[in-house]
Amino acid sequence: MPDAPAHAPLLSTRCLRKRFGERVVLADVSLEIARGEVLAVVGKSGTGKSVLLKCLAGVLAPDSGSVLFDGQPLGRGRPAALAAFRRRCSYLFQGNALLDSLTAWENVALPLEQTTLLPKAEIRERVADALRRLELEGDARRYPSQLSGGMQKRLALARALVTRPELVLFDEPTAGLDPLRRNAVFTLIAHARREFGFTAVVVTHDLPEALAACDHLALLDRGRIHFSGTPDEFAATADPVVSAFRDSTAALARSVAALRAGGPLEPAEDLG
Amino acid sequence: MLSALGHATLRTIAESGDFARFTARGFSSAIGSRRLGRRLVRAVYEQGVRCIPVIVIVGLFTGLVLGLQGYHTLRDFGASSLLGPLIANSLIRELAPVLAALMLVGQAGSALVAELGIQRNSEQIDALETMGIDPYGFLVAPRLLAALIVYPIMAAFFALIGLVGGWLSGSVLLPLPASVYWASVHASIDLPDVGQLVVKALVFGALTIGLCCHNGFNAHRRSGSTGARAVSASTTRAVVFSSIAVLAADYVITSLLV
Repeated sequence: MPDAPAHAPLLSTRCLRKRFGERVVLADVSLEIARGEVLAVVGKSGTGKSVLLKCLAGVLAPDSGSVLFDGQPLGRGRPAALAAFRRRCSYLFQGNALLDSLTAWENVALPLEQTTLLPKAEIRERVADALRRLELEGDARRYPSQLSGGMQKRLALARALVTRPELVLFDEPTAGLDPLRRNAVFTLIAHARREFGFTAVVVTHDLPEALAACDHLALLDRGRIHFSGTPDEFAATADPVVSAFRDSTAALARSVAALRAGGPLEPAEDLG
Repeated sequence: MLSALGHATLRTIAESGDFARFTARGFSSAIGSRRLGRRLVRAVYEQGVRCIPVIVIVGLFTGLVLGLQGYHTLRDFGASSLLGPLIANSLIRELAPVLAALMLVGQAGSALVAELGIQRNSEQIDALETMGIDPYGFLVAPRLLAALIVYPIMAAFFALIGLVGGWLSGSVLLPLPASVYWASVHASIDLPDVGQLVVKALVFGALTIGLCCHNGFNAHRRSGSTGARAVSASTTRAVVFSSIAVLAADYVITSLLV
């Protein structure tokens, strides 16, 4: 089949629904991600962000609705389309999902060795380059269990980017990282995006970094896309759910100030 | 009661079908799996080399006990010179493939279920899928192929160690001449017996490692338990089912080959 026209979204979902038992996690999620765009999906914990990402990656099958990549529907019943999608897409898991029986070097080399026909010398070069960029060149022979949480995250990032994918799905890429590393990861994503021109979906809680790095932002609330727009639109909207999410840092600062002054605390937000 | 029995039967049939499909996919995914050799060598090491001590110990004591029991029983009938054939036939036809398989399930199989279960829980298997790597070809195929190499070798090794145990018992600790023992052992072993050992070992290998891979790979699908409990429950289930499968398959193969 011919590729979709250049202006068509690279990835889109239509009326995606997913439930686990009685609990509806995704209810009618429709999204469009344009080529070269970075979409940040934000929302409170437990609102279905990771489930959405897994449905996009084909790890979880939605109960209904469809995911289209380059105009082609994906799904368990379409192995060829799914295989083509996976050759062009990378996924960074929230828990890193590094293979614990392989060294850092072997983890990064794995997708190249298993899914490409690149010569060994080029694989070596690419792996070394990816590890160097993520400041892991001295840890190539160590196993994931011998690395700190932050180093594991960077190693997972190196593995996700080493194949030079067209689409990268990031599930909490900065979870467990210190503020410096958090900024570095978003900077790295921005650099890698400029260098390789990939499209990205980033699920994150780090609103300031997400606003700085993304072109488009979607707020997921109770399994639905509550808001979708540019960072400027997100900053300007008076929508109460968006405001509560956007102003959560300021609310924390007010609560801490009130606590120090011995005054009354602001009521806690619904934790969801 | 009848309804519960019916549900259990239907569930067993469905699970058997799922297991058969899983094992077939595991074997077939070896075709085209890249760098399979390296993973196969590692699987052979884990299933075979690391299990040698337990095979030696159990094989030796099995031979010792067979020698002790057999000698005293045969002596009552004036046939102690038949100790060699008794031990050789018992070991090669039955005990070596069965006991070696049970030992391999206990040591290598249980470790395999736990490893795959943890890989499933920590999303390592999902990660393989998202990278476009077939987890069946990457994780299951080398282990199944390794079983076909390791089980016959370990069964033969078990038989050999058992024969040494029989010699120790019958000729070193008891008065049967070693020359009589080894000559009768040599005379009693024929090709069909060895063939039976190989066939049984191959079937037991595919069955038990298939069951262990299936349980570890699907640890997340266990109802009633999650996380570490699901891994431990899957490990127990795999070991119990594998042991039962070995004994049941042994009866079926023996009835077909005898």
